[in-house]
Amino acid sequence: MKGYLGIDVGSVSTNLVVIDEEGRVLVNLYLRTRGQPIKAVQDGMRHVEQELSGSDIEICGVGTTGSARTLTGVIVGADTVKNEITAHAVAASHLVPDVQTVLEIGGQDSKIILLRDGIVVDFAMNTVCAAGTGSFLDHQAARLNIAIEEFGTLALQSTGPVRIAGRCSVFAESDMIHKQQMGHTFPDIISGLCDALVRNYLNNVGKGKDILSPVVFQGGVAANAGIRAAFEKALGLKVIVPEYFSVMGAIGAAMLAKSAVREKQETLFRGFAISEMEYQASSFECQGCPNLCEIVNITVDDEVLARWGGRCGKWETLRKTG
Amino acid sequence: MKISFPYMGTSHIAISYLLSGLGHEVIYPPAPTKKTLSLGVQYAPEFACLPFKILLGTYLEAVEAGADSLVTSGGFGPCRAGYYGELHKRILHDLGYPVEMLVLEPPLRAPVDFYRRVSRLVRPQTSWSNFYRIFRIGWEKLRTLDNLEARLHELRPLTLSQKYLTAAYEQGLEGVRAAQTVDTVKVAGAEAIVEMGNVPLDMTRKPLRIGIIGEIYVVLEPFANHDIEKILGEMGCYIHRSIFLTNWTRDNTLIDGEKDVRASAVPYLNQLVGGHGQNSIGETVRYAENGYDGVIQLAPFTCIPEIVAKSIMPTISRDKGIPVLTLFLDEQTGRAGIETRLEAFLDLLRQKRMQQEAS
Repeated sequence: MKGYLGIDVGSVSTNLVVIDEEGRVLVNLYLRTRGQPIKAVQDGMRHVEQELSGSDIEICGVGTTGSARTLTGVIVGADTVKNEITAHAVAASHLVPDVQTVLEIGGQDSKIILLRDGIVVDFAMNTVCAAGTGSFLDHQAARLNIAIEEFGTLALQSTGPVRIAGRCSVFAESDMIHKQQMGHTFPDIISGLCDALVRNYLNNVGKGKDILSPVVFQGGVAANAGIRAAFEKALGLKVIVPEYFSVMGAIGAAMLAKSAVREKQETLFRGFAISEMEYQASSFECQGCPNLCEIVNITVDDEVLARWGGRCGKWETLRKTG
Repeated sequence: MKISFPYMGTSHIAISYLLSGLGHEVIYPPAPTKKTLSLGVQYAPEFACLPFKILLGTYLEAVEAGADSLVTSGGFGPCRAGYYGELHKRILHDLGYPVEMLVLEPPLRAPVDFYRRVSRLVRPQTSWSNFYRIFRIGWEKLRTLDNLEARLHELRPLTLSQKYLTAAYEQGLEGVRAAQTVDTVKVAGAEAIVEMGNVPLDMTRKPLRIGIIGEIYVVLEPFANHDIEKILGEMGCYIHRSIFLTNWTRDNTLIDGEKDVRASAVPYLNQLVGGHGQNSIGETVRYAENGYDGVIQLAPFTCIPEIVAKSIMPTISRDKGIPVLTLFLDEQTGRAGIETRLEAFLDLLRQKRMQQEAS
């Protein structure tokens, strides 16, 4: 049976899924990137291989997305390398066919995607500020010594949320500390934080957008029941969290791989053996001009697979020299 | 005077000619790099915008290289850039560089002041007639540079060799730099246009057409906007930039123009909000009416005029059916974020076009 692999390597998590010809999810995996995208991808590939062993599924196409999509694409041999906005939209409209609004909050970025009749008509993504994304929630959970998984449910126990400044995570943190020192309870503070983050999201990326139902909420932060509830309260709409909310980017990448392979009839997939290869990422500072670009080399067995990071392009053109 | 000036796109070729033609020793401003940005960020107020910081870094590099005078443009209205020349001067003085700052305000708004400052540049070294001669050549250079760049934007999405096209373009810049009369500038420009046209093209392509609008400095200086025109051109898009220095200088210096663009803005924004805010609105309307696929707005983080414009964009998008992507630019030098947003925006525009062609 044919399977398609989608890999989404983000700032915080690395997700892999395998879908079948009908787009059903056969394998799904959520790992932490921990600052080592190559290792995370290799670990993930090992897991996927194990899960598939004994089945007759053959990987016929691979797609990558997320902020490390180019790097990952080189390592696994991707048939398509696609930005995460398109990937998320593809997955959402596959799982909720009439979706009109996608709210997505990941580790470092948040986006809103508007679809009409299955086509993306508008989107926005945070640009210079990552306030209110997953890594900030992670940080707050760690500071309060609460497991991130319980963070959201705690918010639901609140009887009177306090007001937290949500425009900047530094302001939010000091506001939380002030309120905590005044004696407010955890649930009230966390619930206030959820309200603040949702307010900031809707005012920042959601500004001026027509948020119409059905609304799908996905990305790692969709696990947080407090944020979900705050969205429903602020929008006055039901918010759908799809079953595979945390790996939607990977599902989108797999679906894009499926259509890419249908067109060209072959895959560039390098096989599961890549999880055992020695990939080396090294970098150096180019001294060619005062830009001092940080050039990254990806090598396997002394062969340069790819190179990037320069402004002028002179290093990129040396691709595949080995 | 050992004089230097802000670096913005390719204009340095014409401006340095003008200043050295007037008998000044020109300290060539370095093209902005990460080092420039770091210097600017270190000495600028934290809340100032990106153009302020890059310019301050450029000035610091120029005074380090020996400049004792800096010439820059001023401005009126609510945008704080009008005050930047003065603030730059004070920061440089505090840092121990007693540099002279010549801020040229728009001549129609402050004719006496403009005359006095231009006199400072012209009179000590040369005559007004020589100034007129040099100014004409400098102006021709500026116009030719703009023409070459506009042509480059047209050819990029069609060319079969980005490398040859870039080489032909850069050779053209060199020709314009070397020319010493109005006629030779024209010849150099014409030759470059021919040379660029000789690079093989694929005329069957139907590139997406995108208008670039926003704040002047981040629109014109590739370092500030991550080479967005080049990225988009190489992704196969035809770029139309709303601001060219000669349009801008022409409109603001000689006649109080830009009237059409502002008139188009009036149904949405009927007054000046500083900087290029009202222009951004008018230009978006114009791009929509001229069948462009999309508009990209470039704005320095915290830029009030562009924030005002951005908040009006959803209404124009809805009325005119033109998608708009706003990019706020700041200190970040990582390019991945910009590329992600551009890729997604192009996906959106392609799908929209396919849908239109199908119906």
